[in-house]
Amino acid sequence: MDETETDLDLSTLNNEELVSQMHDDLYDGLGEEIVEGVNILLGRGWEPYKVLTEALVEGMRIVGVDFRDGILFVPEVLLSANAMKSGMFILKPLLAETGAPKMGKMLIGTVKGDIHDIGKNLVTMMMEGAGFEVIDLGINNPVENFLEAIDEHQPDILGMSALLTTTMPYMKVVIDALIEKGIRNDIEVLVGGAPLNEAFAASIGADAYCRDAAMAVETAKDVMSRRQGSAMAAMAVSA
Amino acid sequence: MAQPTSTLLIACGALAREITDLIEIHNWHHMAVQCLPAILHNTPGDIPEGVRQKIRENKPTFEKILVVYGDCGTGGLLDTVLAEEGVERIAGPHCYEFYAGAEHFRALSEADPGTFYLTDYLVRQFRQLVIEGLGLDRHPELRDAYFGNYNKLIYLAQSEELELRVRAKAAADQLGLAYEFQFTGMGGLIDFLANANEGDSPGGSHINRLLA
Repeated sequence: MDETETDLDLSTLNNEELVSQMHDDLYDGLGEEIVEGVNILLGRGWEPYKVLTEALVEGMRIVGVDFRDGILFVPEVLLSANAMKSGMFILKPLLAETGAPKMGKMLIGTVKGDIHDIGKNLVTMMMEGAGFEVIDLGINNPVENFLEAIDEHQPDILGMSALLTTTMPYMKVVIDALIEKGIRNDIEVLVGGAPLNEAFAASIGADAYCRDAAMAVETAKDVMSRRQGSAMAAMAVSA
Repeated sequence: MAQPTSTLLIACGALAREITDLIEIHNWHHMAVQCLPAILHNTPGDIPEGVRQKIRENKPTFEKILVVYGDCGTGGLLDTVLAEEGVERIAGPHCYEFYAGAEHFRALSEADPGTFYLTDYLVRQFRQLVIEGLGLDRHPELRDAYFGNYNKLIYLAQSEELELRVRAKAAADQLGLAYEFQFTGMGGLIDFLANANEGDSPGGSHINRLLA
């Protein structure tokens, strides 16, 4: 980074320039600049949800595209995610107060034996950014944790993540338990993690394999629009 | 050039030293080794096709081809390729398991899923593959993002080189993890090669079928 960029006064930029600069700052993993940008936009009267979607989520979408294309790698994505987290820290309480739109509810966790949560955390952040309520079970979850949380929170979507070849078969244990309890059709199951692929997802009876956080968000949005369509159709039939 | 009746081992570069040592020690000179770069573990999706290419290049030259790779994060795709090519591999999901033995490794994993493992190769290449590979040389602040859920590092040692133990302990310190040493020797690797040398079908009874 050169001296000019270091000295850039974000408050002198108009909204369009500032949002564009925030996309660059997210790309470069600059948390302090993101915090400053968020505060400036809020100070100019932007709704928290608008700041979130136009400045942060769109910035992370660009990061995600370059990660998928092999231009960015995991360390850079982590730095970008940390920068976004700094902005989310300010926005989250404001979003709760101002009643941002709720897309749906997702339960997420890594499966038993797996403590790798980088991917899960990215998905959580991007899902929250897209307006989903996310209940994060954390790492190393036995099937009982998933079942209890489903009972308690009634999520629309269950997301499971695994990094290890040795732990990913446990996803089937959870799906089989959903079938046994008779609730498999009540919840969409999305799976992800480095060693997974579509064939594996199909073989264990998941609804979809999501190769990255951006795809998880797109898939979850599709799920919700299908669900809403089904609900409206059911209402029309019963009317 | 390899003899027409010889055996080719297509192996991960992380196993090159151990395999060539075993061939030398046991005088298995009818065996040849070709390795794919160990760095492919950072993009495991590239392993199956890389192995397939090696198999196809060498089928006309060698009587038998064996693969010395675990599943290595390919999610079963390596086994799909090997089934298509009619080639067998050493059993197990990764080298930690075939060095430590399946039962023992399972016990270690169940006792503490938050365990990071090193082999001789990974101790030697720790800086390049772990520190630089994960960008920790440039961004040490990311250490906890990668390793915050880990509790300890176990060095599964193939050799008894003291210097490697010192380096493994330093690696654990650098990652902020408790350190443990376990000597495994060559574990399942030597059994696999010995069976191949006897002309058995070394993977026949235990080819890994994770998705079966």
